[in-house]
Amino acid sequence: MRKATRWFSRNLIRIYAVLGFTYLFIPVVYTFAFSFNNSVKSNLVWRGFTFNNWKNPCGAPDVCNALGNSIKIGVLATFIATILGTLIAFALGRYAFKGRSVVNLLIFLPMATPELVLGASLLTMFLNFGFNPGFLTIVIAHVMFCISFVVVTVKARIASLDPRLEQAAMDLYADERETFRRVTFPLVAPGIAGAALLAFSLSFDDFIITNFNSGNVNTFPKFVYISAERGLPAQANVIGSSMFFIALIVVLLGQLVQRRRKVS
Amino acid sequence: MADASNSASGDLQLSHITKSFGEFVAVDDLSLTVPQGSFFALLGPSGCGKTTTLRMIAGLEDPTSGTMHIGTTDITNTRPYKRPVNTVFQNYALFPHLSIFENIAFGLRRRGVKDVKEQVDKVLELVELPHLAQRKPSQLSGGQQQRIAVARAIVNRPALLLLDEPLGALDLKLRRQMQIELKWIQTEIGLTFVHVTHDQEEAMTMADTIAVMNEGRIEQMGSPADLYDNPKTAFVANFLGQSNLIKGKIESNDGANQIVDLFGTKVAVPKARSSAKDSSILVGIRPEKLRIQPEDIAMSGNILTGGTISDVSYIGVSTQYQVEMPWGQELMVFEQNDDGVAPLDKGDRVKLSWEPIFTFGLDGSEDANAGSELHISEDE
Repeated sequence: MRKATRWFSRNLIRIYAVLGFTYLFIPVVYTFAFSFNNSVKSNLVWRGFTFNNWKNPCGAPDVCNALGNSIKIGVLATFIATILGTLIAFALGRYAFKGRSVVNLLIFLPMATPELVLGASLLTMFLNFGFNPGFLTIVIAHVMFCISFVVVTVKARIASLDPRLEQAAMDLYADERETFRRVTFPLVAPGIAGAALLAFSLSFDDFIITNFNSGNVNTFPKFVYISAERGLPAQANVIGSSMFFIALIVVLLGQLVQRRRKVS
Repeated sequence: MADASNSASGDLQLSHITKSFGEFVAVDDLSLTVPQGSFFALLGPSGCGKTTTLRMIAGLEDPTSGTMHIGTTDITNTRPYKRPVNTVFQNYALFPHLSIFENIAFGLRRRGVKDVKEQVDKVLELVELPHLAQRKPSQLSGGQQQRIAVARAIVNRPALLLLDEPLGALDLKLRRQMQIELKWIQTEIGLTFVHVTHDQEEAMTMADTIAVMNEGRIEQMGSPADLYDNPKTAFVANFLGQSNLIKGKIESNDGANQIVDLFGTKVAVPKARSSAKDSSILVGIRPEKLRIQPEDIAMSGNILTGGTISDVSYIGVSTQYQVEMPWGQELMVFEQNDDGVAPLDKGDRVKLSWEPIFTFGLDGSEDANAGSELHISEDE
């Protein structure tokens, strides 16, 4: 009895960690497990193991079309938001201009505004300007809310950059352009890459704003939401699990590259 | 070499350089000449304008007024990357994303030099770190980073090498070693070094010429020995080493000496070493020039009697005494422990003496404590 208590107190942190991770990962495991479910109409009850869903991920009607749209929108929105956001971040991080603090504040606003409000007012605006909701309006909306996150992420990276490094480059015969190319950009690049990943996942994930502004264009989150009412096909689990593993691989690769850089 | 870095050479000349940041004047009408090939130190407490001066020479700061020349070339408004000047930054500023080799090659590549590898290898050899070429800066120790920072600058053979407190981040032992190495490198390659430091001992060890700066101005400029022996202001006397400064009144002249009354005692001060403007004078004696003896022993030279030892610190090679004089001032005396005699004790009544030739005189209107509170001890 005493031995058991001692074992318990010694491993308390480990037990706590296991419980924490269990809590975090049960939904993922559940999603993954049910991607192998031999489901008929809905994917709520376990009906036996099958590889069919993985062999045929586009089997459910419209799922791959929605996924393709989400990826296209995500890539496009990420690309635009990352470029614009990085430029804004440099302006805010590097130059003292009139109204900088106001801009700093305004950049935060979209993050603080409820998505429902943003989505609804964007739709009103698009309709007022005679835009038909569709692919283009989704991209515009996504760029808008991604920019804030890109600015905040990249700005943090710029702030942590030692200004003496750029001065050292100038001192070593690099003009402004070369200094940016050889020193500033390579040092800020990890921040930009992080911001792009964040922007993509935000865009890919977004349902509320998208739902308002998408017209009859389907995206993956919209597909999942709508089919959930009738019964979600197991293919959604396949795609969800795949996304999880792709993200995992990206993170692991990043770690590996960083470690190798340190060693070499 | 036919590259840009050698197009200008010669003495560095600053004329009437002023730099203000809003209301604050960091550098105030500064003029100086650094002879080609010399090791020049700008010495002063933090905030004295020495780093701002260095940054203006590097082109990282624009002077508010005044001009700068290297030889006959005006560099006042030249962009930093077009100046034949390289800097060893405080904390080194090595590029963290580049290897040591690429860090050193950076300036050569920007200038389109052909034999990059050869030159980088050569300078790595000079700083004795050729085995680290492929490492990243973060994998190096502080001392190694410091040497790479020097290598990255000198590989370009600039007309002028600027060093901004380059040894500040190193511990005392390493700092000593690097002082000697830097001096050796300077002699070896014959570049002009301008070295900014707040450490008077570092400046004295390394530089041929020291300019002592205070509040944006040069207080005094000269060789280390000249500054130490003939300080012209109380600030220099106190900042460069330690000094006993005693208020007095010039009574008369006696040949080459001024006869000064120090609280009732007459002492001789060589006229050549006195910068008193009127009869009011600060008489200066370095602590190691003072001799200390019990009251009853006869002494020669200038003599002050009636002192009481208020503190004794035995530090091996020497003993440092604080002696309280009848007029309330504490004087410092450093005695070499070379006579085998036991040190005197706290509370002993003593008299002090020194050779008149070791005396210097400062203008009596000066603050006797100027610069002493800024004194940087070597173990800081």
